[in-house]
Amino acid sequence: MSSYIESIRSIAEKWLADGDVELVIGFRAGSMPLMNEPCLVRTPAGTAQLVWDSNCGINLANYITGRKEKIGIVAKGCDSRNIVNHIVENKISREQLKIIGVPCQGMIDRRKITAMVPGEILEVREEDTAVIVKGADFEETLAKADVLQQNCAVCIHRNPVIYDELAGELVAEQDGIDRYADVKAIEALAEEERWDYFEKLLAPCIRCYACRNACPLCYCPTCFVDESKPQWVGKSQDPIDVRTFHFLRAYHCAGRCTDCGACERACPVGINMRVFTKKLEKDCYDAFGWEAGLDPDVRPPLDTYRPGDPDAFIK
Amino acid sequence: MKIIRIDKKEWNPGLTQARQSYRLVGPVADEAGDVAEFRTLDAEQMPDLAAADTVLSPKAIVYPQSEVMFEYSTDPGDEERNILKRPAKAYDACAVVGIRPYDAAAFTLVRKNFDTPDYRDPYWCDAYEACTFVGLAVNQPDSTDFSTSVDSGPFSEKGLDVLLVDTQDAYLAKVLTEKGEAFMTAADWQTAADASAEAAINDLQAAAEAAIQATVQYDRIKDLSILDLYNAPFWEDVGFACINCGTCTYVCPTCWCFDIQDEVRGKIGRRFKNWDTCMETQFTLHASGHNPRGDKVMRVRQRFMHKLKYFLDKYEDGLMCVGCGRCVRSCPVNIDIRKVCNTMNSYDPEACACPV
Amino acid sequence: MSNPYLPYPVRIDEVIDAVDDKSLKTFKFVFLNPDDEARFNHKAGQFAELSIPGYGEIPIGIASAPTEKGFVMFTVFRTGKVSAQLHSMQAGDIMGIRGPLGNWFPWEQLEGKNVVIIGGGFAFTTLRASIVYMLEPENRAKFKDIHVIYGARRPGLLLYRDELMAWEARDDINMHITVDGTDDPDWKYNVGFVPTITEQKAPQADDDTYAIICGPPVMIKFTQPVLDNLGYTHDHIIMSLENRMKCGIGMCGRCNIGKELVCKDGPVFTLEQLNLTPREY
Repeated sequence: MSSYIESIRSIAEKWLADGDVELVIGFRAGSMPLMNEPCLVRTPAGTAQLVWDSNCGINLANYITGRKEKIGIVAKGCDSRNIVNHIVENKISREQLKIIGVPCQGMIDRRKITAMVPGEILEVREEDTAVIVKGADFEETLAKADVLQQNCAVCIHRNPVIYDELAGELVAEQDGIDRYADVKAIEALAEEERWDYFEKLLAPCIRCYACRNACPLCYCPTCFVDESKPQWVGKSQDPIDVRTFHFLRAYHCAGRCTDCGACERACPVGINMRVFTKKLEKDCYDAFGWEAGLDPDVRPPLDTYRPGDPDAFIK
Repeated sequence: MKIIRIDKKEWNPGLTQARQSYRLVGPVADEAGDVAEFRTLDAEQMPDLAAADTVLSPKAIVYPQSEVMFEYSTDPGDEERNILKRPAKAYDACAVVGIRPYDAAAFTLVRKNFDTPDYRDPYWCDAYEACTFVGLAVNQPDSTDFSTSVDSGPFSEKGLDVLLVDTQDAYLAKVLTEKGEAFMTAADWQTAADASAEAAINDLQAAAEAAIQATVQYDRIKDLSILDLYNAPFWEDVGFACINCGTCTYVCPTCWCFDIQDEVRGKIGRRFKNWDTCMETQFTLHASGHNPRGDKVMRVRQRFMHKLKYFLDKYEDGLMCVGCGRCVRSCPVNIDIRKVCNTMNSYDPEACACPV
Repeated sequence: MSNPYLPYPVRIDEVIDAVDDKSLKTFKFVFLNPDDEARFNHKAGQFAELSIPGYGEIPIGIASAPTEKGFVMFTVFRTGKVSAQLHSMQAGDIMGIRGPLGNWFPWEQLEGKNVVIIGGGFAFTTLRASIVYMLEPENRAKFKDIHVIYGARRPGLLLYRDELMAWEARDDINMHITVDGTDDPDWKYNVGFVPTITEQKAPQADDDTYAIICGPPVMIKFTQPVLDNLGYTHDHIIMSLENRMKCGIGMCGRCNIGKELVCKDGPVFTLEQLNLTPREY
C-alpha cells in the first residue's frame, strides 16, 4: 500500500505543478484510527498530505458533482464507476478530469472491527493481509479478509474502469463470487418474515440522510423528501415515512448504484440499507444484463428502449 | 454535602424500589447488542453501566426527535376546527440513571435556549424539570473525550442531582440537590459513606482527568472578532470533506435546532417539532429561492462558528460543546471539532494567508 | 409563562387584492377571543407568525399600526406552500396568529427627529404601520419632518395606493411616490428607481435625521451608497431584515446572522450593527 501512497503523491504533484489540474481530491490521514478524511489539495507541496490505505471507503466521486474546475481525483474501482456514471448523466465532463486509478484490494469495516475487540481502539496497523488492532490493554491480529466491508467482500470490479494514470499494478478480480447471496436469502423468506426483517432493519433510522448525502448518485438539487409543494414524505418518525424514504431512494439508484458501500459506512446507527439497492441492482442485472458505470459511452437500460427488453410486467 | 455508600449488592434492589416512584431511563444495548442508547427501562431491566458511550446522546429523553406540539381537527363541520390543542402528556417523574457528566452538563447549556426571560418552551422545559439526573462519573475516559478543556469533565457535577462514583465494590454517591435526596430516599440508599470517601473520589477524579489526552483551546477565540473568524481562509479546507449529512448535529447533546411541520391524516392534523440540522441545504432556504447558506462550506462554517464563537459571545459561559466526542466518532468523513477549534484558536488575521 | 407556540385563533375578516396581478393580498384578521387583541398589543416594525393548521406558519410583517383597533392587517406575497393556501382562503375562515414577535423600529430614539422612510416593492408593510402610527394625531407632534420614498415597478404594484395618495395630499408628510416606469399618461408622481429618487429627494443627513429602509436586496444595494453620499452614518440607517424562520421566538436556531437571531434580536437592526455580522440573510 505504501507504494500506492508514493505514486499518488507524485502523480498529483506533477499534475498540479504542470497546471494540468487546478485541484486534486484525495484522502489525508484521519484523526481517529480506521478513518481518513477526504481533502482538497491545490498546491504541489500540499500533495504531501495525501494518503491511501484500507480506510478509504468513502466515495470521492461524491465531491466532483457540479464543480467547474479541472480536477485531479484518486479513484478506486467503485469510485471510478461512479465517475463514469457522472459522465453518462452529464454531471461532469471527461475532459475536466484527470483520474489517478487505484487498483483496490478492499476496504475494512470499522464497525465490524470495533465489535471484534474488547475495548476502545487506539491504533491500527496494516501488514500485508493482517490488520493489527491495539487498545489500552489488548492487541489483536485480524485477517483482513475477515474484516472487509460487506460490499468489498463481494466486489468484482476492484480495478478502476477509467483512469489517466495508475497508482499501482492492476489486481486480479475476484471470481466465483455470488454477489447477491444476501439478497437471495431475504428473497427466500416468507412474506411476513421479510416484512419483519425490514421493520427491524429500519427501526434505528434517525432520518439524518447521511446515506443519501454520502452517495454520489444523490445529487438532486431538492431531494424528494425535502419537497414541500407538494410534500411527498412526512418528516416525523412515522415508520411509513422512514420506509418511503429508503425504498424510494433505492429505486432512484436502480441501474446506477455501484455498491460502493459509502451509504452504509456513513450511517451513524449502522443500518445496512444496501440490501435495497442490491436487490434493485440484481433485478437490473437479471432483466437487462446491466452493471452500472462500466462504460461512459453506453446509455443505461433505464433511459433507453431496445426491442427485446423484458416486458412481462406489461399486462 | 452528603456522600452515601451504595454497596453493589444494594444496587439492583435500590433501583427496583425506586421504580415505584420514578420511570427509570438508562443506557441499554439494543436488540443487535451493540449500539447503546438511552431508553426507558423495561420493568426488570437494569441500566448497562459498563457499556461504551452511546452513539446518540441522551438529549432525546427530554427532547424527542419528533414530538407532537399540537393536534387539531380539520373537519369543516367541526366547531373547534383549526383550533390548536396541546396533547395531554404526563410528565411523570423520571430518573436518568448512568448519564455521563458531560451529557448532564449539556442540558444546562441547552436550557439557556429553551428557558429564557421572554419565552419558555414548555415541551423541553416540562420534560427536563421532570427528570432527576443520577450520573455516573467516568473513571476511564475515551480517547475522544475532551471534556476537561470545555468546562466539563469526567467528574463534573454540572446539571446532576447525584453523582455516582464506581469504586469496585460500591458506588459512592455525592448527593448534590434536593431532587437527588428524594431519589436516594426512594431507592432507600441512605448509608452514609465513611471519612475516606471524599479522598477516594478525589483520587479517582485526578486519575480520570489526567487520562484525558485530547484538549482544545479557545482562549483566543474569545478575543477574535466574529467577522475575522468568519472570513478566515481555512474554512474551505475544514469543510471540504463534509457531506452535510447532519450526523454530528443529531448525535450532539448540545445541538438543539428544530423544525416545525404540520401533517394531516384524514381529518386530524398535528403540528410537530422535529430535530433539524443546519447542515441541510434547506435549513435557511427562503421561499423566494434565495439561500443565504446555499454553499456547503458556509453551512460547515455556521456549525463551528455557532458552537465555538456565537454561543461563546452571546452567553459568555464557555463553548456550546461539552467534549463528549460523539461527533468525532460518528462523522463519516472524520471532520474533527478538536482540530477545528484549535485551528480557529490559533488563527492570526494579521499573518499572511498562505495557501495550503 | 404561556405556551409561546400556541397561536391566538383569528377569523379572516376581509381579503383585498393588494396589487393588480394578485400576487399580493391584504388580510384583515379579527381575534376570536377579544382579550387576545389587548394581549397582542404590538409596535410598528414587529412581525407575527401567521399560522394555518395543516400547512404551517409564515413570518409576516404587521401592516396595521398599533393605533388601529379592532383588527390586525397583513399583506402577503404568494410564494410558497403556506402563502399559497392563505391566498385561497376567504373571509370567515379560521386560522391563527402568533405574536407580536421581534423587536420594533426605535420609536423612543426617533422622537424629536426627522424620519426618512425608504421602501421598495412589497417590503412596505411595516413601513405602512410606521407611517400610520406617526401620523396619528397624538403622535405626530413627537416627530419632526417625515419623508417617504416608496417605489414599485409600475403603478399597479404599489401597495396601499389610496392611502399613499391621501398622504401625498397632506402637508405634514413629504411623500415621494415613484415607479420604475409607466405608460400611464395620468401618472402624477415620480418616475425613477428608488435609489435615484432617494438621491434627488432625501434630505441631507444630520444628527437628527434617521433613515428607515426596507426592500429587496437589489434596492438596498443601490440605495445604500446614495445614503452614504448624503452623509448618513450607519448608526442612523435602520433596516428590517428577512430570513427563513420557524419558531419566531429565538429557539429553533435557523434565522441567525452571527450571534443575532433575526426573529428575536431583530428584525430591526441598524446598519452599524449589521456591519459587524456575517451577511447571512
